[in-house]
Amino acid sequence: MGLVNPATANAGDAGTMMSEASGNFVTTKLDFLTNWARSNSLWPMPFGTACCAIEYMATAASRFDLARFGMERQSFSPRQADVFICAGRVPFKLAPVLRRIWDQMPQPKWCISMGACASTGGIFDNYTIVQGIDTIIPVDVYVPGCPPRPEGLLYGITLLQKKIRGESFTDELIREEKLVGADGLFLPAERVDELSEPFGNSVHQTRSSW
Amino acid sequence: MSTRTLELTLATSGADAAGVATRVPLRARPEGRYDEDFGAEHMLVNIGPQHPATHGVLRLVVELEGETVKRCIPHIGYLHTGFEKLGEYRQYNQIIPLTDRTDYLSAMANNVGLALAVEKLMGIEITERCRVLRVIACEMNRIISHLVWLGTTGIDLGAYTPFLWSFQERERIYNLQESWTGARLTTSLTRVGGMMADIPEGWEAGLREFCRTFPSTLKEVDTMFSRNAIWIGRTQGVGVLTREEAINWSLSGPMLRASGVDYDVRKDRPYLGYEDYDFDVPIGEHGDIYDRYTVRLEEMWQSTRILEQALDRLRPGPINVSDPRLILPPKSRAMSDMEAMIFHFKQVMEGIKPPVGEAYFGVENPKGELGYYFVSDGTAKPVRWRIRPPSFINLSSLPKMCEGALLSDVIAINASVDIVMGEVDR
Amino acid sequence: MVISSVAALRERWGDAVERVTESCGDTIVYLRRAEAHDILAWLRDTTGQEFNYLTDVTAVEYRDPERALELVYQLRSLGRREDLRVKVALEKSEPLEVRSVYDLWHGADWLEREVYDMFGITFAGHPDLRRILMWETYAEGFPLRKDFPLRGHFSRAEQTRQALAANPEAHYSLEELSIADAFGELPKDMQERLARGERGVVK
Repeated sequence: MGLVNPATANAGDAGTMMSEASGNFVTTKLDFLTNWARSNSLWPMPFGTACCAIEYMATAASRFDLARFGMERQSFSPRQADVFICAGRVPFKLAPVLRRIWDQMPQPKWCISMGACASTGGIFDNYTIVQGIDTIIPVDVYVPGCPPRPEGLLYGITLLQKKIRGESFTDELIREEKLVGADGLFLPAERVDELSEPFGNSVHQTRSSW
Repeated sequence: MSTRTLELTLATSGADAAGVATRVPLRARPEGRYDEDFGAEHMLVNIGPQHPATHGVLRLVVELEGETVKRCIPHIGYLHTGFEKLGEYRQYNQIIPLTDRTDYLSAMANNVGLALAVEKLMGIEITERCRVLRVIACEMNRIISHLVWLGTTGIDLGAYTPFLWSFQERERIYNLQESWTGARLTTSLTRVGGMMADIPEGWEAGLREFCRTFPSTLKEVDTMFSRNAIWIGRTQGVGVLTREEAINWSLSGPMLRASGVDYDVRKDRPYLGYEDYDFDVPIGEHGDIYDRYTVRLEEMWQSTRILEQALDRLRPGPINVSDPRLILPPKSRAMSDMEAMIFHFKQVMEGIKPPVGEAYFGVENPKGELGYYFVSDGTAKPVRWRIRPPSFINLSSLPKMCEGALLSDVIAINASVDIVMGEVDR
Repeated sequence: MVISSVAALRERWGDAVERVTESCGDTIVYLRRAEAHDILAWLRDTTGQEFNYLTDVTAVEYRDPERALELVYQLRSLGRREDLRVKVALEKSEPLEVRSVYDLWHGADWLEREVYDMFGITFAGHPDLRRILMWETYAEGFPLRKDFPLRGHFSRAEQTRQALAANPEAHYSLEELSIADAFGELPKDMQERLARGERGVVK
């Protein structure tokens, strides 16, 4: 398992980054077994910050019940967790904490970005909110909503399960740790600026008075 | 429904074998009782910001001597969202969705507070039906906020089941909130001069049904906790704040009332017609966690009383003031009538413009006194929007309460403050 | 409706009460900076005033750059059920410094820290004036000032870089570091800044 730095990886080399090993009958059966086991027993690490955390708690409570999806044990220690669910807005002060916790999770790990704020910064396009946690950590599933309904989060979880079932352990790159680069960023600087650019109504909001 | 106050006869007499009162604040206990042999070296332990028991992203750095806390230093700001800065770039009605997200456990109550503040700034008198509906919204949200507090405090102290009970009750209120506003949590209920929508058919019956069955859940909680030896042992005498300290630290809400101070904004500076409702405000005595628990439990009872009275008071009528410069006309008229179209255009493009001035309005939120302070320069966006955050100010007394407590008491005390980090950090 | 305290204030303090206005039914009193702390103490302690509850401390900067910053105190007398708003105008040409009212109301502890963090007004006599909402070494400025743009001064990439570079463990205050004897484990630049006497106060 290697360590890849996406901040410096050249996106144009996509062709050469495909795995060399190919699957066979044994590996596909093993894949099926591992993926089935992994997807049905995902232990979430609820990184709940704001309103989405309340909807997360409602999803975990009796009406919507995360336990029936295998997420019985909420693991508040990242060392024992599989899925990092970022529920809520992330200010820049919290960003190093989030990165640290993501780094502390052992592979295999996945990330669900729950809510608009975790996915893109949401309605808070200002000096203090990270404009999407994908500028800091790699995200597998984005669940939109402000906050997403529990059914929405459950759909996101089932999407993640589907993604996991499509994985193969012959793919060497899939379990690589994507670290923060030497320049101190997870994605290239232009990419971060591009992702954080205001769009839609947000473009007009900088006028403070009419 | 008759007045109901918790009548407790405790299983313990309140004094130990020597006749000394056991309900004594931990700080008053003689030194050395907990930290005799553990030497002089102090440990610095970091709790949070990611921790299941800190009720959000709160970071506590505690200096421990053995198991006793010498100092507790809270660090906040891990959820700072810049609401007040954002408010300067929004029209007054556009600020309402922002208020959902500060104290997200009682979004409607925040919405009401904001609308009342802007209406004070503009000198608007809302309709009677609007007033009653807003009382209903506030009291419903008091119940759901206290239910979250109950569930999470139970978990912190080791009792997991009430969490499920309280969230089940919350789902019933969420159903009502969703059928009224379309959203379970981020409701954006009010508008300046009125509400976003009237309650739908059958909604009143739904709320009456809730009020009928909710007290049985409260009774179950009461049975489980109020005379429970573990609960009493962990909450009585812990985290004590005296009356003078509570006032000096500017506490508000159940934190202040549990310390014996009779200040409830609904009684002292009534709004929305609260002076006409028949309800009691529970006041505690000892200022410890147990009193905060009983005050909040009793407040949920009293909120149910208010809800039933409000439902009886509800009469058909308009929910919005009939000022076309404030309230958007119905879409059908905006599309067909020139004048209505102009009013629509002006409100959406320019926004409503209050006169030059400023106003502070405090409401009794479940966490405490939530205040909104607006400064207007006559334009559509405020010069300054200040949220007076009850949780922020209540939390600042945490170091005081934790002095001399055990580490596990720190968790219990933190739970009893009933903070919501969205409001603490804004 | 101007409350009765105003007359007593004027009588006792004369010119230190710069002016009195009213807005939407609230009484607002403007005090001179030098005597503000003493007047607030008088308001708290005098019989007949008894403003024992500090509801809020905040600041306002107006859109007109010539206008002074205003420090706003919301006071309440719990016993007499009355509210009073007290303001201290701080001209931008002078250092933004006032005396802290922590000794009068402990509730001012975090409230004043927040005003410092958001506006840059320093409070002399405050026991621990550090940034509270932003991180202690936040370098972009004071967010609620009108010359601070909504999205901050730095680019998003730069903000993200600074955020990720912050070692979560380095966010201990001097008080905490002295307890933990952990000065040696801090990053070099933070050691230098602390040695220079910086306590998260951005100049």
